Amino acid sequence: MQALGLFNYWVVVFLMMVGFYTIIARGNLVKKLIGLTIFQTSVFILYISMGKITGGTPPYLITGREDVVYSNPIPHVLILTAIVVGVATTALGLSLVVRIKEAYGTIEEDEIPDVIQDDGQ
Amino acid sequence: MSEHFPVFLVTVPLIAAPIAALVNRPALSWLIAMASAAWTLYASVWLVGQVRTGGVVTYEMGGWAAPYGIEYRIDAANAFVALIIAIIGVAVTLYARQSIAREIERDRIPLFYAAWLLSLSGLLGITVTGDAFNVFVFLEVSSLSAYALIAMGQDRRALMASYRYLIMGSIGATFIVIGIGLMYAMTGTLNMADLAERLPAVMDQRTIPVAFAFLTVGFSLKLALFPLHLWLPNAYTFAPSAVSAFIASTGTKVAVYMMLRFFFTVFGAAFAFDQMQVDMILLPLALVAIFSMSLVAIFQENVKRLLAYSSVAQIGYMILGVSMASVTGLTAAVLHLFNHALMKGVLFMAMGAVMYRIGSVQIEAMRGLGRRMPWTMAAFVGGGLSIIGVPLTVGFISKWYLISGALERGWWPVAMLVLITSLFALIYVWRVVEVAYFEEFPDDEARPVEEAPLGLLVPLWALVVANFYFGIDASFTTDVATRAAETLMGVAP
Repeated sequence: MQALGLFNYWVVVFLMMVGFYTIIARGNLVKKLIGLTIFQTSVFILYISMGKITGGTPPYLITGREDVVYSNPIPHVLILTAIVVGVATTALGLSLVVRIKEAYGTIEEDEIPDVIQDDGQ
Repeated sequence: MSEHFPVFLVTVPLIAAPIAALVNRPALSWLIAMASAAWTLYASVWLVGQVRTGGVVTYEMGGWAAPYGIEYRIDAANAFVALIIAIIGVAVTLYARQSIAREIERDRIPLFYAAWLLSLSGLLGITVTGDAFNVFVFLEVSSLSAYALIAMGQDRRALMASYRYLIMGSIGATFIVIGIGLMYAMTGTLNMADLAERLPAVMDQRTIPVAFAFLTVGFSLKLALFPLHLWLPNAYTFAPSAVSAFIASTGTKVAVYMMLRFFFTVFGAAFAFDQMQVDMILLPLALVAIFSMSLVAIFQENVKRLLAYSSVAQIGYMILGVSMASVTGLTAAVLHLFNHALMKGVLFMAMGAVMYRIGSVQIEAMRGLGRRMPWTMAAFVGGGLSIIGVPLTVGFISKWYLISGALERGWWPVAMLVLITSLFALIYVWRVVEVAYFEEFPDDEARPVEEAPLGLLVPLWALVVANFYFGIDASFTTDVATRAAETLMGVAP
């Protein structure tokens, strides 16, 4: 039953595809950002799963026992950084959406004049 | 003191950024930005001097030894990239003072310089770091600030351009993190030199090719390789002029550098090109980019958009050099990285000067400008000659190496294509020259157009002179680029 043992990774792939699909298929700019957040979250789970060892303890030193297995803390620390980056990306994206709403009066992509076509100054 | 230069190169602009925002006076913020940019130029020149003889400068962050701590590792390849970022940084920051004062509201200018410095610091960070995860962090520092900078464009379409860049850029960056994570899962290390040692043992596992694929797509998005370039034309067109000049000359170049570093140093040319055969993908995409984007550029009415499409084509030349996987091809790629930054800097800065005076960069608005703004348009012609690849300009040097690399591999049709697309470049540059020099300036008493102010012309012409200087005496650039290529291919002593 190796496929079930990889449960975390199935979740990762599922979330990744959900996020990716939302980015591509949704025309609403906020929903696109939600898709992006889900997409990034799947990567967080990928990293966090990587550091987990079955039966592993948190990585503080336990003396006097030979059989201690430690979880790897580095992926968790890395992903803290990535979470901060994700928060910054979402914040910047949402503030852009606010400005787009002010400038165009809508946040639906199809209602915004296509920037490639509309090139007169 | 000088042993800390690698880290100060990155941290000085990083720390200067909040200071520039806090002092909250446009002139003072600019001065801080200018001083930091000048410092990065000084430090990167020093670094190039250190590695030019073949040495490697390493710096252990916080004194933690290499595979565990974050290491900055500078060899010929990244010192050269840091140098071009710093050169462009100084020239465009000098230029930005007047250009930005005209294009951005006064109370936003300090914030503009804060984002500007963050972007500079992020780009330099990607370049000098020897740690794979650190690359991602700096990538996001530079990208997030670039989205903010682009969104400051006057036109409301700048917002949409920035939003689309944010979505695509974040997907690219996330792909890169996935790739790095998978490599970490297999090797337990993030240090690039350490990864290069440990990867061969696990290369037959499926995870590593998957990581390689994620990284390749991520880099391709960031460097705007056709067909992942869709964010680029609008972002360059609607960004403030100084931002277009800065990002066009540095952003995609750094992404090309990342690709080189991961392909050649981390994975090794044998894995990337013999086992994964990534050249089978890169070569056709590069050729399509060169041909189709040069063609599309010819039909643009907005000169900044024309230059943006030309940038995608020029990136194609660099990737063409990469896909040759030979020392000559890599030399061409690294040289073109440097040279293209110089020429696109000139062209976008010339358009910024036009924007400053006539408030438009449409081709038809430039009628007769050759007489009204002789220095600006002469600079544009200089940059244009360079992008065509006329002898005595830097463009010629990189095309020379590119064609020699193609001939070395026996790729005659590719060499022909490079020559033909140079003619396309001639056409799109000529369209501007024709309107500017051979048509009369419309008689309009209401708008007396005169030459751009010296604050714009001096940095512009400094880059024009660099274009010709490094075109006539290419010994420095080719020397460093060859050494960089040899380092990447692993044939250096």
